[in-house]
Amino acid sequence: MLTHVEWLALSLTAKLALTTTLILLVFGTPLAWWLSRTRSRLRPILEAVVALPLILPPTVLGFYLLIALGPTGPIGGLMTRLGGAPLAFTFAGLVIGSVIYSLPFVIQPLQSAFSAIGERPMEVAATLGAAPFDRFLHVALPLARNGYLTAAVLGFAHTVGEFGVVLMIGGSIPGETQVLSIAIYDNVEMLNYGRAHWLAGGLLVLSFCMLMVVFIVNRRFIVGRAG
Amino acid sequence: MMLEARFHVRRGSFRLEAGLSVPAHGVTAIFGESGSGKTTLLRAIAGLEANPGGYLRIGETVWQDEGFFVPVYRRALGYVFQESSLFAHLSVRGNLEFGRKRAQRAGGKDGAVGFSETVELLGIESLLPRAVGQLSGGERQRVSIARALLRNPRLLLMDEPLTGLDLRTRHEVLPFIERLHTELSIPVLYVSHAPDEVARLADYLVLLDKGQIVATGPIDAMLTRLDLPLAHGDQAEALIEAVVASHDDEFGLTLLDFPAGRFTVPKKNLRIGASVRLRILARDVSLTLERQANTSILNIFPATVEEIGSEGESQNLVRLNANGIPILSQITRKSTVALGLVPGKRVFAQAKSIALLA
Repeated sequence: MLTHVEWLALSLTAKLALTTTLILLVFGTPLAWWLSRTRSRLRPILEAVVALPLILPPTVLGFYLLIALGPTGPIGGLMTRLGGAPLAFTFAGLVIGSVIYSLPFVIQPLQSAFSAIGERPMEVAATLGAAPFDRFLHVALPLARNGYLTAAVLGFAHTVGEFGVVLMIGGSIPGETQVLSIAIYDNVEMLNYGRAHWLAGGLLVLSFCMLMVVFIVNRRFIVGRAG
Repeated sequence: MMLEARFHVRRGSFRLEAGLSVPAHGVTAIFGESGSGKTTLLRAIAGLEANPGGYLRIGETVWQDEGFFVPVYRRALGYVFQESSLFAHLSVRGNLEFGRKRAQRAGGKDGAVGFSETVELLGIESLLPRAVGQLSGGERQRVSIARALLRNPRLLLMDEPLTGLDLRTRHEVLPFIERLHTELSIPVLYVSHAPDEVARLADYLVLLDKGQIVATGPIDAMLTRLDLPLAHGDQAEALIEAVVASHDDEFGLTLLDFPAGRFTVPKKNLRIGASVRLRILARDVSLTLERQANTSILNIFPATVEEIGSEGESQNLVRLNANGIPILSQITRKSTVALGLVPGKRVFAQAKSIALLA
């Protein structure tokens, strides 16, 4: 069925998507919470920054990342001076790129889930003796659980579907930066349409199934809430 | 023990300027039109409303003072919101345990009322395993009240807990709130704009208008003060606490004692010695100069005219003192003149209808 290189591409894609999603969920939670609660004038600026990857061509993002992560760029240069290697064309570089590229797909569902909770349950929890972090952990998080599911699936699926950014900053090194979308592109370039069909079809089915899960769960959530 | 509070809250164009001193026992109703600041006052007492420079003391415990503010979650208070606000992600039992667990962690022991007593008091035993979404409006509000009580509060704050409910459901929940009053010793601040709820529940009344406290005092005095809006209109009334003296089985009557005499009402299934609250509408009380002998009216008692106020062009509202108990009578101005009523005059009051509230 799959060749060794294709297996490498598949597992690398899964690893990249999982790492990216986890990082985004952990660091996105405080940011999404802050965005849902703040009245600061900085909020629209931050919201615009978070939404930028939605509309920017991946090549633009990839281009700036390439410069920043390369040996002469601010981040790549710092890495070199610290005795490391520049991040362009490495897995770590891909993770940084993916985190930025998929940021809105995780932050926005979390932010709207937190906003939908409103102030009242948090006030109720306070009158019942729950301190701020206790309230967040035992009221806000469980009430936002569907937002977390949506954020996780969208973040994961969007990272799996990433192409332009990877092409710009990762290239196509098997086992290091050659993800599925790149492998498909390489196959098409070499006119291996049979192999491309396998990978493209698999990715299509997988993405469809993940989105189905999100919509089924969200629907049940809405119906359950009305009760 | 007293509850003392002083708050200045500004929200947009609305200002609450409230200085308050009420007994920290029994039920104190905070009464006023919508928009008068009742909820804001209650939220300020809970610590949910930022109000720099405020002051709040309950008994010997200071919750707020200059540069000192106990956060909401460290105040031993229960808060029942207007809409039930149960946690949707927890079962009924999970909701009840939420505050109880945290109170036990903080205080180390169970509250004045245990879990099973509280559940029984509010009649929610059978609801415990249910999901919150499966409850009716009345059940939700009863669970909310139980949840607030299990937090082991020193003060229970209730913000119009019956307002969102239809009439039938209100009558379902009201008796449970009355039981809090008779069976627990936790002081209650009860926000309402419904005069009938206040008449049934309150011992003490705070009257609020446009963010200012107009008057405070015991409920019977407040309802009969002619300078306050409560003593006007169709529903002007007096409240009287009476004690069940005996039953008359032959005629199917119950006799109730109060300081100025004895009331006779249709028989009610009440224990001898039980306390009841009676309501007499001003328009049901007529006055005579001498005790009527040949009349069908049974409830006649002597009183002294204290004050006479106008009620429109043709009516007068008379406040009577019946051995210390204030009673209102609404009569025509013509009758006032005919009987020569002036403050200090001795009269007999005849009540043609008396309602038992609890």
